[in-house]
Amino acid sequence: MSAQLVVDRATKRFGGVVANDSISIEVPQGSIVGLIGPNGSGKTTLFNSIVGYHALDSGSIRFEGQEITSMRVPEIARLGMLRTFQQTRIYGKMTCMENMAASDGACGRGIFDLLRPVSAETRDNAEALLEFCGLHSKRHLRAGDLSFGQQKLLEFAMALMAKPSMLLLDEPTAGINPTLINGLIERLKRANQDLGITLLVIEHNMRVIMNLAEHIYCLAHGELLAAGSPEEIRNDKRVIDAYLGAH
Amino acid sequence: MNGRKQTVLAIVIALIALALPLVTPDYRAQIALLWVMVLFAMTWDILGGQTGYNSFGNVVFFGIGMYASAVVQRDSGLDYFLALFLGMGLGGLIAIVVAAIMGSLVLRMRGHYFAIATLGLGIAAAELAAGWEFIGAGSGMTTPLFPGDPGVQYLFFCYLFFGLAAVVFCLLAWLYRTRFGLALNAIRDNEDKAEAMGLKTGLYKTVAWMIAAFFLGITGGAVGNLLRFVDPRDTAFAGPTYGVWMVLMAILGGKGTLWGPVLGAVVFHVTQEVLWTHLLGWQRVALGLIIVGIVVFFPQGILGWARERWPERFGHKVEAS
Repeated sequence: MSAQLVVDRATKRFGGVVANDSISIEVPQGSIVGLIGPNGSGKTTLFNSIVGYHALDSGSIRFEGQEITSMRVPEIARLGMLRTFQQTRIYGKMTCMENMAASDGACGRGIFDLLRPVSAETRDNAEALLEFCGLHSKRHLRAGDLSFGQQKLLEFAMALMAKPSMLLLDEPTAGINPTLINGLIERLKRANQDLGITLLVIEHNMRVIMNLAEHIYCLAHGELLAAGSPEEIRNDKRVIDAYLGAH
Repeated sequence: MNGRKQTVLAIVIALIALALPLVTPDYRAQIALLWVMVLFAMTWDILGGQTGYNSFGNVVFFGIGMYASAVVQRDSGLDYFLALFLGMGLGGLIAIVVAAIMGSLVLRMRGHYFAIATLGLGIAAAELAAGWEFIGAGSGMTTPLFPGDPGVQYLFFCYLFFGLAAVVFCLLAWLYRTRFGLALNAIRDNEDKAEAMGLKTGLYKTVAWMIAAFFLGITGGAVGNLLRFVDPRDTAFAGPTYGVWMVLMAILGGKGTLWGPVLGAVVFHVTQEVLWTHLLGWQRVALGLIIVGIVVFFPQGILGWARERWPERFGHKVEAS
């Protein structure tokens, strides 16, 4: 089976800084893949390249067999690949329910699809997903009034609402309290198993990523340092050195 | 406020609006203008409030409607009312086309850049009109005399503009409840996020502006006949007055809400008329002071302030699940 997402020798420079140097990764359909590395190692840059936020200097990206290297963010999103942000982005002045309804899958389509009220089906779906993320009782609050951790959960719920086939999560547990993190890992796994969503996750919390991912890529200084199962990564001397600053 | 209370309120207001020009015949011209102001604020709010793009150039659509109608009335040789309605329709259609073209150019800019660009478009439109002989250039155009006495004329325009305002209000009440309305709000709150979620932001923004343009064009087509005079800078493309008032009225009432622009327009227009009557010569100074007071003490507008003060009344509450 060929991989759902294939990044082939992606290179991205910002002036003289090489943020990503010829990085190749593959994400198989239905898997959970981790992306780790010290701060400034190029993880978010790689995410941005994949979802079309900026153009690559060289290399190519294929999603479900389709070349997406030169596509822009909304087009790629409509193909079913969504990302969440490290600095959470939600629609602050709208209620949680409105945030969810605005994220419903059909929003990417034509103008006439949009000219109807939010359907009961969408509303039920939104309520179920908010329940799933533990935000049901807050559903009529304005999203901007939620705590940071709750906003992160809301952003995750919004992404699920759009029914993507692949989700790129940029540090889903950063800023969330330790008890909530366990619940979040559980929810990510369930989204993967029950809804069949492929996950590519940037994470600094080693406990989380070792628990979650089946396969991990480690970046350092813009280069691909190591790849393998959580066990292999954990025992890789280069990875340990990179995190402790010996690299 | 829930849906039923809003409907009752709207019906009560509509009944008052229908009776008012009959009860107070002396104020008919002011009442007609009041509904024009309501139309200004409501149409401005589609892009300005709901989508977060502050336009100072909406007068362009208004002026287009004014001129389109005046030209049809001058050249078609049709009966007064037929020419008027034809001109209003034509004005609306031209305004839509202009909005589509302008939108695809300037709606890529965000924030202050968009505001400044639209300000420039308004001024450019006035200068173009002032130099075009076909539409009277700098001396403007006059519209034909109303076939009937002035009292009836004002009564006609009272009901015409009220009817138009009611249509726009109902349309917006529906539109803001659709997913299109949600998409516009999403763009307002975080356009990058909306794009990342796959929304066609460019298309939605342009369509929002086209809707506003259509109704402003129609409104302009009739206002030329109410004022009896089309001047490129003072009435048609009157950026410093109408163009700014649109923004002020929406902000005053609470931008991004259905009722806010209506409330803002009524408060603004009544205040302006009262000041005009009692503080002649100082009316603009007093108006300026009131505006400063509003911006300082009610930056969210009257309804925005009420929403902050009593969030539960607007449905923002934690609910036991």
